Amino acid sequence: MSNSKVKIILNGLITENPIFVLILGMCPTLATTSSAINGFSMGLATSFVLIGSNVAISLLKNLIPDKVRIPAYVVVIATFVTVVEMLMQAYLPALFESLGIFIPLIVVNCIVLGRAEAFASKNSVIDSSLDGIGIGLGFTFALTLLGVVRELLGTGKIFSLSVLPEKYGMLVFVLAPGAFIALAYLIAIMNKIRKA
Amino acid sequence: MGRYVRMAKLTSSFKNMVISLLSITVFSALTLGSVYTLTKEPIEKSKTAKLQKALKEVLPAFEHLDTAIKVPVNNVDTLNVYKAYDKNNVFVGAAVEANSKNGFGGEIKIMIGFDKEGNIINYSVLEQKETPGLGTKMVDWFKMSNTKHDIRGKNPAKHRLLVSKDGGEIDAITAATISSRAFLEAVNKAYQAYANNPKAPKTHDVSSGASNIN
Repeated sequence: MSNSKVKIILNGLITENPIFVLILGMCPTLATTSSAINGFSMGLATSFVLIGSNVAISLLKNLIPDKVRIPAYVVVIATFVTVVEMLMQAYLPALFESLGIFIPLIVVNCIVLGRAEAFASKNSVIDSSLDGIGIGLGFTFALTLLGVVRELLGTGKIFSLSVLPEKYGMLVFVLAPGAFIALAYLIAIMNKIRKA
Repeated sequence: MGRYVRMAKLTSSFKNMVISLLSITVFSALTLGSVYTLTKEPIEKSKTAKLQKALKEVLPAFEHLDTAIKVPVNNVDTLNVYKAYDKNNVFVGAAVEANSKNGFGGEIKIMIGFDKEGNIINYSVLEQKETPGLGTKMVDWFKMSNTKHDIRGKNPAKHRLLVSKDGGEIDAITAATISSRAFLEAVNKAYQAYANNPKAPKTHDVSSGASNIN
C-alpha cells in the first residue's frame, strides 16, 4: 500500500479523529458509551455505514447534480442504515437489543454526511473506502475508549469483567454528566498527545 | 483523473435532477425491499425463539400451551396471557407478558409466570432500556434467593409488591427506585391480567372445576 493510502487511514484515526479532533457526532457518542461493549458495537455499526455510503457516493458522484446532492446522499445513507438495522435484528438479535434505538440515529450522524460531502464526493472509490475505514476506526476507537473509561469508573468493570470491586464505582460516570466529564478529559489528553 | 471527474459531472438541469433523484430512490426502495424479504423470516424466528425461551423459564413443567389470550387490564392495556397445561390437560399455570412505560429509560417488557394459585414462579425481562449498572440489575435483582427483594413464591394478592418507600414489601434496586417501581408495576399488571382471565382451561376440560370469571 502506498504512503498516501496509509495516510488516508491514519488521517481518520488520529489527525482528524471524528470524536477527539473534529468533535462531530456527539449524540451517539454520549448516549451509547455507558459500557465498553455498547460503544464498540455502535462504532462498528457506524463504520459499516460509513464505508458503504462513502463507496456508494464516490461511485455515484458524477451522476448526482450538485443542487440535489444532499437529498441524494441522505437517501443513500438512510438505505445503508436500514439495511444494517434489518440485518442486525435478523442475525445478531442480542446486539440489536442493546443498540436498537441508536441504529436509526446513524442516519443523522453528521460524521457520515460530513465524510460524504467533504471526501467521497471529491475522491476516487478506493480513497473513499479507505477514508471510511479510517474515520470508522477512529470513531470506534474513540467510542470504545470512552466506554471503557466510563464503565471502569462507573461500575468497576471493563467489557463486563470485574476489575475493581463494585463499591468503588462512581455512579455519575454511567449517567449523562459523567459522559461529558470523561469525554472532556479524553479530548484534553488526546490533544496533549497529538501536540507532543 | 480530476479533470475527467469534472467533465463527467451532470449539470444541475431540471431533467438531470429529476432523473438522478428518481433513480437513486427507486434503487434504494428495491434494495430495502429485497433485504426486508430476506431478513423477515430470521427476524420472526429470533423473536419466537426468545419468547419460547422466556416461557420455559417462567412456567412450571408443562406439556402444551394455549395460544396467547389477550386480556384487557385497567381499560388501557391488553396483555398476552399464555396458559400452560400438563399432559392430562390440567391447568398448571400461566405466563403473562406485561409492560410498564414508567421505566427510567422508557418501556420495560417482562414475562412473568404464575402457578395455578397465583404465586409467582419466575420472571424474565424481555426488553428494557434502563441505565447500565443500575436499572439493568432488574434482570436478576428480583430473583435473588433469601433477600428482601426476591419476588418468587409471592402471591400479589396476599403480598404488597411495591418498593418499601411506597409502603410495600420489596427492597428497590439500590439507586434505581424508578426502575424498580416500573418493574413492580408491570408485575402487578401481569397479576391483574392473570386474575381477570377466564381460569377454566379448555372447554372440553371439566376436571379443574374452576368457574369462568368473565
